[in-house]
Amino acid sequence: MTYLAKPKFHHPGLPKNELGYTHRDYEGTISTLCAGCGHDSITAAIIQACFELAIEPHRVAKISGIGCSSKTPTYFLGNSHGFNSVHGRMPSVLTGANLANRDLIYLGVSGDGDSASIGLGQFAHCLRRGVNMTYIVENNGVYGLTKGQFSATADRGSKSKRGVINTDNSIDMVAMALQLGATFVARSFSGDKEQLVPIIKAAIAHKGAAFLDVISPCVAFNNHAGSTRSFDFVREHNEAVNRLDFISTRMPIELKQEPGTVEIVEQHDGSTVALRKLSADYEIHDRSAALGFLQHHSAKGQIVTGLLFVEKEAEDLHAHLHTVDKPLNALGTADLCPGQAALDQFNASMR
Amino acid sequence: MPTATPLSRVNDFVVRFANVNGSGSASANEMFARAILRMGIPVAPRNIFPSNIQGLPTWYEVRVTEDGHLGARGGTDLMVAMNPQTFDKDIASIEPGGYLLYDSTKPYPASKFRDDITVIGVPLTAICNREYTDPRQRQLFKNIIYIGVLTALLEMDVKAVETLIAEQYKGKDKLIAPNVKALHIGRDYAVLNLAHPIGLRLRKADKVGNKIFVEGNAAAALGAVYGGATVCAWYPITPSSSLADAFTKWCAKYRVDPTTKKAKYAIVQAEDELASIGMVIGAAWNGARAFTATSGPGISLMQEFIGLAYFAEIPAVIFNVQRAGPSTGMPTRTQQCDLISCAYASHGDTKHVMLFPENPAEAFEMGAEAFDLADRLQTPVFVMLDLEIGMNHHLTRPFQWDDNRTYDRGKVMTYEELEAGKDFGRYLDVDGDGIPYRTYPGTHPTRGSFFTRGTSRDRYAKYTEEGGPYVDNMQRLLRKFETAKDIVPKPLIANAAKPSKYGVIYFGSTAPAMDEAIHMIEARGHGIDRMRLRGFPFHSSVNSFVADHDFVFVVEQNRDAQLRSLIVNECGIDPVRLVPILHFDGTPITARYIAKAIGDHLDQMTMKPAKVTS
Ligand SMILES: Cc1ncc(C[n+]2csc(CCOP(=O)(O)OP(=O)(O)O)c2C)c(N)n1
Ligand code: SF4
Repeated sequence: MTYLAKPKFHHPGLPKNELGYTHRDYEGTISTLCAGCGHDSITAAIIQACFELAIEPHRVAKISGIGCSSKTPTYFLGNSHGFNSVHGRMPSVLTGANLANRDLIYLGVSGDGDSASIGLGQFAHCLRRGVNMTYIVENNGVYGLTKGQFSATADRGSKSKRGVINTDNSIDMVAMALQLGATFVARSFSGDKEQLVPIIKAAIAHKGAAFLDVISPCVAFNNHAGSTRSFDFVREHNEAVNRLDFISTRMPIELKQEPGTVEIVEQHDGSTVALRKLSADYEIHDRSAALGFLQHHSAKGQIVTGLLFVEKEAEDLHAHLHTVDKPLNALGTADLCPGQAALDQFNASMR
Repeated sequence: MPTATPLSRVNDFVVRFANVNGSGSASANEMFARAILRMGIPVAPRNIFPSNIQGLPTWYEVRVTEDGHLGARGGTDLMVAMNPQTFDKDIASIEPGGYLLYDSTKPYPASKFRDDITVIGVPLTAICNREYTDPRQRQLFKNIIYIGVLTALLEMDVKAVETLIAEQYKGKDKLIAPNVKALHIGRDYAVLNLAHPIGLRLRKADKVGNKIFVEGNAAAALGAVYGGATVCAWYPITPSSSLADAFTKWCAKYRVDPTTKKAKYAIVQAEDELASIGMVIGAAWNGARAFTATSGPGISLMQEFIGLAYFAEIPAVIFNVQRAGPSTGMPTRTQQCDLISCAYASHGDTKHVMLFPENPAEAFEMGAEAFDLADRLQTPVFVMLDLEIGMNHHLTRPFQWDDNRTYDRGKVMTYEELEAGKDFGRYLDVDGDGIPYRTYPGTHPTRGSFFTRGTSRDRYAKYTEEGGPYVDNMQRLLRKFETAKDIVPKPLIANAAKPSKYGVIYFGSTAPAMDEAIHMIEARGHGIDRMRLRGFPFHSSVNSFVADHDFVFVVEQNRDAQLRSLIVNECGIDPVRLVPILHFDGTPITARYIAKAIGDHLDQMTMKPAKVTS
């Protein structure tokens, strides 16, 4: 596998944002994910959001863990610095990066496998610290890159491609984010561009810990809720393992949903999810109400999408640590080194 | 009357206090050590403490050493036995002719004591019960009272202790008078009731000079301040926590912007070691100088990330204050047992830079130096301390800083260089030293951005799984390691008075004991050349040093001869040439131990065949 650069052709008629950048300036290299993967739709939404916000691409640091989802930073904002770190530990790398330079925009990209299992601790702690970032989980309920094992967000009772029934309870990362004190909490669907793009924009604009869970169907290993074809699973699985490109369903799932409605969305394998899109009059500043609302609908088998909670006057980690306004990575010897005079005093005090 | 002649020595003996953890004895005992220092006599104190908060035995040893032997000597000349739990063991550890000071409130039968030592009983509990009603006061002042007794027994400068009490309670002035009173209660008791002074005496001297008295962890943390560290992410673990604590303290003192009162640093107590090293890597990737402080178990947890930092070439600084392992081992006992786990931390082919300070002065210097090295080499750098250096006060040369020194950030492409169109390939070996150029994220709108990852890539940071570019990259990393050999601190060599066929290699906290052991070995009639290692990878002089000697002893404080293995492995030396001298019971290695182990070997090697006379 090589890393495909996109052709550098710019159509002169491409619309430009207020910085004079075109959509192309926000793209990365060509995706190597399965055709139709929800993650690619999220990539497209990130590109759109950054274009519309007229962000300088190079002022974004995009940091991820490991997994198909975590590969996506390569596919957007080609002129920014990316860091594909280790499994589940994007949050700590992002936290450190943010401490070093508070002036960049931090985009953390992770998967449900990455963030809800091995990375659950780091997910929790960076939210509770209030790191100024947009933390996106591309949530497909499975481990994509390791070929279809359940992730911790998979519903109890759902069936894997191998025919295994999930007997563990699932983790709702949005509920956790609310409890952990994230100051911006939202959930969306990869195919609902109309909802996703504005949420990403709002998350980026938010000064504090913004958490965004995006349901993102996996073409290769969607859950098989109630599937009766379990005999074929092993063969199908083998095919998927060896020749992912031969999967028949290749189109990404798209959705146009009215606020306040419930839509049943069929995934690549025929399983369904019920998405409830928040209505326009939903009150977004009440953390406990958000949690109640979420759990009420979850009990009905519905996944609530939309911006669930925002804290108006959010504080970030730098405010907690009371750090100087100048980025720490821009401080030099003169700013940092107390010099021999201070050392003389120190020496004298140690006798 | 003792059967052995009572020891009679001035300014050269070992006092050991046996206490119960949590009894508040630490500050009194430390005051004792400091008061001797104020008399101009070098001291080397060590705290030997258990892994709990209250109730288990603890010892504080003060080596009084006019000759300035700062390593552990071994043995006790005067035992202040305040812990009934360890009473018998404490008595057993006294040198023949030594002294025992104990609380005689409840008199013990004579059979409890040895007849080759001088036993001095003071009814400390009874005195305290008479003087104080509050139980906590009874406990705390008991400690000061026995120090008062010692001032008379050892002819100590009582004014020095009074001054220290005043300094210690500055700001809490109402505590000064009661403490001074307690001191005199003890002193007066001794003057009236005991034969004093004893054979061990203190005489004012002028042997301390301008030396300072400081802990290694505090020194290393100050090194991090001077080295320009702005981000510290750590997770509590003994014996490294006090390093992060000290960094916090020094930052509050030296790094607060005077006008805005804002912090020119960020310190995060992470949720675990995985997160702490992750934050360090993120911060360093983004151009800040960042470090973590940990101990062996933390290093184990950080392995995956350390491998990433090696491969992705991120300058992380890791202070490893070693303790006895494996696993939790003996968490409050010292060892030098993480050499291999740090040298080769992580899966796959990795090699890391290590620095080996011998004392707080070097902990300060190397603590600062580590950041330049990490930036220059763009790789993790380990500063290998241990509990012995880190958590004890040491008399050490004063710290110095060259005000003309500026931080060496290594090869960083600036906006201007990128703008000028310099070819930027993140993993290009432009200068042939294996060290590529980097840029900080956000530097230039269209040039210099690259993707950092743990998966292989070509010289321009483009993802690839091709074997060729992978091998090319791994070879370059080796080249970089070669470069490191000449920029890490070089070993120091000291030759014996006469040319010797034998050498000794050692490092870190072994050094002070080795300095003293050399004299003892000489006294046995042997000369030996020595090399103190200060950095890894090993400088080429290690090969020549071994080549120049028939045998080289390798002295270290672990079971598996880890340094010896590293030398064999990295320098391609025949293991037979390297004789391991190992000490790993959790106590600091002593001069006597080294001298005996090496001396016995040398005796055998230099044995002459009996003359045949027929
Ligand atoms: C320490 C470690 N353990 C296991 C793995 C193997 N691994 C790679 S990706 C992955 C799961 C990714 O799942 P998810 O985050 O849901 O992303 P997706 O591929 O589904 O987008 C795992 C377990 C690894 N890379 N590192
Ligand atoms: S395996 Fe699933 S998550 Fe991974 S790229 Fe394919 S569709 Fe996307």
